[in-house]
Amino acid sequence: MAESYATDESVQTLPLDAMHRRLGARMVTFAGYAMPIQFEGIIAEHLWTRAHAGLFDVSHMGQLLLPLAQGVSLEAVLPGDIVGLAEGVLRYSLLLDDKGGILDDLMVTRRARDLYLVVNGAVKTADIATLRGVGLDVAYRDDWALLALQGPEAVAALERLVPGVSELRFMRAAAFVWSGHDLWVSRSGYTGEDGFEISVPATAAEALATALLAQPEVKPIGLGARDSLRLEAGLPLYGHDLDPGTTPIEAGLGFAISKRRKLERGFPGADIIMNQLLGGAPRRRVGLVVEGKLPAREGAAVFAGTEMVGTVTSGGFAPSLGMPIAMAYVAAAHAADGTAVEIEVRGRRLAATVTAMPFRQKNYVREGVVA
Amino acid sequence: MTLYFTTDHEWLNVEGDTATVGITDYAQGQLGDVVFVEVPAPGTVVAKGKEAAVVESVKAASDVYSPVSGTVTEANAALEADPALVNTAAEGDGWFFKLTLSDKTELDGLMDVAAYRALVAAL
Repeated sequence: MAESYATDESVQTLPLDAMHRRLGARMVTFAGYAMPIQFEGIIAEHLWTRAHAGLFDVSHMGQLLLPLAQGVSLEAVLPGDIVGLAEGVLRYSLLLDDKGGILDDLMVTRRARDLYLVVNGAVKTADIATLRGVGLDVAYRDDWALLALQGPEAVAALERLVPGVSELRFMRAAAFVWSGHDLWVSRSGYTGEDGFEISVPATAAEALATALLAQPEVKPIGLGARDSLRLEAGLPLYGHDLDPGTTPIEAGLGFAISKRRKLERGFPGADIIMNQLLGGAPRRRVGLVVEGKLPAREGAAVFAGTEMVGTVTSGGFAPSLGMPIAMAYVAAAHAADGTAVEIEVRGRRLAATVTAMPFRQKNYVREGVVA
Repeated sequence: MTLYFTTDHEWLNVEGDTATVGITDYAQGQLGDVVFVEVPAPGTVVAKGKEAAVVESVKAASDVYSPVSGTVTEANAALEADPALVNTAAEGDGWFFKLTLSDKTELDGLMDVAAYRALVAAL
């Protein structure tokens, strides 16, 4: 998800635009769309989501369908095992260029008759071109909205409206019907909390969002808290922590390369990526806990003594931790957990420590684990 | 004492040759939750329209420009322990710094309360 808050004459609106404005959202331009950055305030929304349930409008993301039979062709542009995916299972994957650079990160779900992809809003047009470029028949479903309901009480709130969703486990999805409308519901998200992502026809999106917001556990949450929640969860943001200049191994996303694909290769940049997987990458994405209260932001330089060893790619104040945290790419020699570094912010050096991510324990409801 | 405002949403309260400077309630509302404020140390010479302080919200860092020129005499130490004072009391306990004015004619170009409230109402 790349961001651009600049005002743009060609800004588009999403299905829930009027609802957000009625709820008092502050709207900004993000990925070319008018979107809510906050409702009551980022810290309050962040903490509400961690304790209860937050409703996020993520309809700017691209929802794409491919014919099920084209899974083999899809494997030409990403390193995941798509052919071997069981029905109703999600897989996190990466669109790659031939140097192993990351063009986007995305979710792929195998459904009964098709493959369902969710890609980042800011790069969805380029993604569609990449997919069509390898002969895939892409259907772009901009007639669907996408809602995320996240937090420990999300399951109780959604189960009340859509009986059966509580039986889904993390990274599993299925079709449901609510009030006569077809839904596609995944147990997944971008906050580190349990929760769901709900694809709904655009014409029914406001009715569903209104019904969810009527549940006592649920409040509307803006993009600001979405960013602070995902940062605490250690989840990278495309356009900031991932871009064509970073490889999956540098980004710490080696898990996205499926076992069969490691053996067979045949994905873009496979030689570069496999060399890094086996021999190590020259730099790595790390978490940093920053001493004091001054946040280090994207672009800040990371130092070991006088030597610049990296750059912050995301940073801010972590509401659940009460301190500043950041993600950075640093040279491999400084990437071990516990390494002391310094971050330069407005001419001042802030002490920071390389820290394992997530910064805060994730609370997923996984298959085979009794909650 | 006289209260002045700028189009950059700062306020200053002038008593004789000294002024207390802060950001307006409208400005704090735009910034959102403030988590850190960097204020100039006593003795710092600030110039009208130049960066004098930085406000960090959850989302971003924003520069605060000095509405007048002068020498800083005091920074608000309370903001270090409780930066959210900027949200809860922007035009009171959440003040940023005090300074000695070096050119009182600079006040002539600033707005009074009524003009500033009218500006905000039109936004």
